[in-house]
Amino acid sequence: MSGFSQVVRGQAVERPPYPRSPLRYGFIPILMFAHGCAGIQSTLEPTGAEARQIATLFWVMVIGGSVVWLAVIGTLLYAARWKGEPHSAQSAGRLILWGGAIFPAVVLMALLAYALWLMPSLRPQSGEPPSAPLRIEVTGEQFWWRVSYRSKNHEASIASANEIRLPLGQRVEFVLKSSDVIHSFWIPSLGGKMDMIPGRTNRLSLLATKVGIFRGPCAEYCGTSHTLMAFYAMVMDPAAFDIWLEAQSQPSEELASDGKLRFISNGCGSCHTVHGTEATGTLGPDLTHLGSRESLAAGILPNTEEAIRRFIADPDVIKPGSKMPAFRMLPEDDLQAIASYLKGLK
Amino acid sequence: MRIIPNEMESLWTLFTAPVVWALHFLICYVSVAVYCAKSSQISFGFDVVRLGVVLVTIMALALIAMSGLLAWRQWGFGTHDPPHDDPTRHDRELFQGFATLLLSGLSFVAVIYVAMPLLFIAECSP
Repeated sequence: MSGFSQVVRGQAVERPPYPRSPLRYGFIPILMFAHGCAGIQSTLEPTGAEARQIATLFWVMVIGGSVVWLAVIGTLLYAARWKGEPHSAQSAGRLILWGGAIFPAVVLMALLAYALWLMPSLRPQSGEPPSAPLRIEVTGEQFWWRVSYRSKNHEASIASANEIRLPLGQRVEFVLKSSDVIHSFWIPSLGGKMDMIPGRTNRLSLLATKVGIFRGPCAEYCGTSHTLMAFYAMVMDPAAFDIWLEAQSQPSEELASDGKLRFISNGCGSCHTVHGTEATGTLGPDLTHLGSRESLAAGILPNTEEAIRRFIADPDVIKPGSKMPAFRMLPEDDLQAIASYLKGLK
Repeated sequence: MRIIPNEMESLWTLFTAPVVWALHFLICYVSVAVYCAKSSQISFGFDVVRLGVVLVTIMALALIAMSGLLAWRQWGFGTHDPPHDDPTRHDRELFQGFATLLLSGLSFVAVIYVAMPLLFIAECSP
């Protein structure tokens, strides 16, 4: 208000010395927030061709927006502190026309044109399927991801869940579906997001440019445990990826364990598949190579025996609303043996 | 009967440019959506749709420019300065002309923005 009253009265007012405001340390929370811009789930630290375009678009928009903002604030300060003669109506009108209409229209047109120009490369089409050498079908389920790899080297598709592996430098086509409600598939480090809509098939093409482990969340509210639905995307060297995919196409090595018997006898196989066993259920995630995955329960638990045991006993506590019934009535021996068996499925 | 009337006596002239903008918006989005939905049954390529919408855009811009020109005339070609707030027929006409001119400018820019994606759309998504 003091600035305003200065203008109204047209005389300078001596400002009292301000006490040192705690706001001068405002940069500390800003730095803390900025720290969140890096990491395995960040659009601002791109590791894919599409994500790099998005990051560039973001910075162009931020810089363009900042220039406009600075111009507006600069004009505001100029107007508030100007103590000379008022502008003539004609020059004020000219300022409004150029500064208020023509300049914003041209700047917005340039930013819009740049964003539109980027669009085809943000959403590259890999042609009619199955032209892409590797196609990964991902189906959103409440609250996990059904994953199926189809490669030109393998006749049958290879089932997995809650984890996605990609070869470095090779374009991968994702075929995205949903079995229940709308989910959204997003690996911020690699590219933009794409909705998974029941009854529709959406496609997304990604090209990873850096080896590493990245995280993807479900980006569309899908129910009680929406925030507990995530996955890890692992970008691998192409040769290592081929070896891994070949191993995935085979059943896991048999281990001497009575956990398998208890797994079968307790009916786990009605919902889950473990290739090479009687367990052929498809309601829940495929567990054939569960032990080799980075995480458990769709990106929310570390993949340890203890976490597996806990999830079998209390899925309704760990992931409210999940369709898996709780098995806390099972004897501790059974839980431990099954957890140990599943962790051994590499 | 003249195509371009001598005087503006209807409030409808005020809405001409926004109506053209709205119709142009509809034609752009509906034609591309229908083409992409039915592309397997349609023999011509997307470039035909692109060209068609470019022609519609040129027509829309011409109509809006004409609306703006008439408004400019109604405003007295800028010889009177706003605000036109006297309770007289003359000021009402000037006010309407000035408002129509501003709306025409807005609609002109908006029609260009709406048509811009056409230059960049590569194809229909499968």
